[in-house]
Amino acid sequence: MFSLEGLTNSLQQWLAANFSAGWVLVIESIIVILLAIALFAVLGLILVLMERKVAAHMQIRLGPNRVGPQGMFQTTADTLKLIMKEGLTPDGADKFLFNLAPFVVMIVAMLLLAPIAFAKNFQIWDINIGVLFVSAVSSISVIGILMAGYSSNNKYSLLGAMRSGAQIVSYELSAGLSIISIVVLTGSLQLSDIVASQQNGWWLFKGHIPALIAFVIFIIAVTAETNRAPFDMAEAESELTAGFHTEYSGMKFALFFLAEYINIFIVCAIGATLFLGGWMPLHFGNLQGFNHLMDYIPSSIWFFGKVFFLIFLIMWFRWTFPRLRIDQLLNLEWKYLLPISMLNLLVITIMAIMGWHF
Amino acid sequence: MFIKDYISDVYKAVRSLLTGMKTTGKYFIHPGEIITQQYPENRDQLHLPERFRGEVVMIHDENNEHACTGCTACELACPNATIKIITKFDISPEGKKKKALDTFIYHLELCTMCNLCIQACPTDAIKMAQNFEHSVYDRSKLTKKLNQPGSKIKEGVE
Repeated sequence: MFSLEGLTNSLQQWLAANFSAGWVLVIESIIVILLAIALFAVLGLILVLMERKVAAHMQIRLGPNRVGPQGMFQTTADTLKLIMKEGLTPDGADKFLFNLAPFVVMIVAMLLLAPIAFAKNFQIWDINIGVLFVSAVSSISVIGILMAGYSSNNKYSLLGAMRSGAQIVSYELSAGLSIISIVVLTGSLQLSDIVASQQNGWWLFKGHIPALIAFVIFIIAVTAETNRAPFDMAEAESELTAGFHTEYSGMKFALFFLAEYINIFIVCAIGATLFLGGWMPLHFGNLQGFNHLMDYIPSSIWFFGKVFFLIFLIMWFRWTFPRLRIDQLLNLEWKYLLPISMLNLLVITIMAIMGWHF
Repeated sequence: MFIKDYISDVYKAVRSLLTGMKTTGKYFIHPGEIITQQYPENRDQLHLPERFRGEVVMIHDENNEHACTGCTACELACPNATIKIITKFDISPEGKKKKALDTFIYHLELCTMCNLCIQACPTDAIKMAQNFEHSVYDRSKLTKKLNQPGSKIKEGVE
């Protein structure tokens, strides 16, 4: 049976046999860096194409269909175009911050990749405060966005960045509270522990209705945190041209664009890990035969299947719902999501203490 | 009561959002509903909606007769001077002079296909055709004469 775990183990053994311990670490780090960059590039291409196709089909259109079979190479062609374009820095811009900002956003996305378990025992860094690390690092991306908005010397960019700041800071609360509700049920911040605790069923099913509410709130909050429609206040094509990346062009623009899609992937990966069991196959309590059958599907396929399902859900939101105004956006968070998720957390805590979950 | 309103707000919001998602979800899983046409490939079996407006044409019957009296109602109705009508005077057998159409000039390059001229026409002499492939290499080719050479007005149209 195919497994990524076997691949990494045999590589580790081969390296250990041929190199000294220090070199093994260096080589493994280089491999991990290359893999992360490759994953970013491939994900960017796939997700942008997927977004355009999903959008088209929801609007009764065909979407890109001229470059390659079924338009498969459309995003590759777009990337080539962006690479060849001039990366302009405006005259009045704060040049250092302006050029630094896309990399800050990108580095945050890369850091978030570290604690995610892609398959069984296939994880870059199984840190024991994984969930805390993710929620802490993900809030750094707002600094990159504020940097971009401030340094562009453009009022639209600044407005977009300020909105983005208000939005991310507010929605982080309810995203954090719904993450905590799973931490309460699991009793651990380590992502591998959280996955292992879903051996006999995913938290979405085991946690009854409160877990479902936490899941819905999490999805809404991360949609807002990644600045996607219907919460695309930071970009606001209709009123702020493109918000914080109005002044960016060429590859620096592409980095923002890529970071947006990578962030979607990462938050969906976190959502899949917390609520849908990460790489854990679909298990139902004591149905041994069914559970064994599900185990035959490789864990990496389970993980990516769940993540892409969540990504599809978020795309579905984007192409269905009308945009919110900034005051409606903050109303939704402070008057609805936050009180509901606090109450929900209370219910889940009582449930965990009394042991009412499965 | 506040709590009741709050809960019903949440319930209504969730329900209306789900209704929207049902609609888009239905479109997503029914590719048969797609209305996009693959234009250059399906040029032969292109299906255009009935009310599609491509250009203004003048209706001529088999005797090369049209219904235009040269009243210039279309010229007056046109918002951007697309139509220019040149009239002449026919001498009837009784020796009476009668105004008639000499040349119906139509500037396709100025036309916005607004349909106002067709609505203004009292005798239904002009209509919108569906041809939309108007590209030419010279701009002067877009200035068209709509009445065919040698055509005359139908008997009985006043």
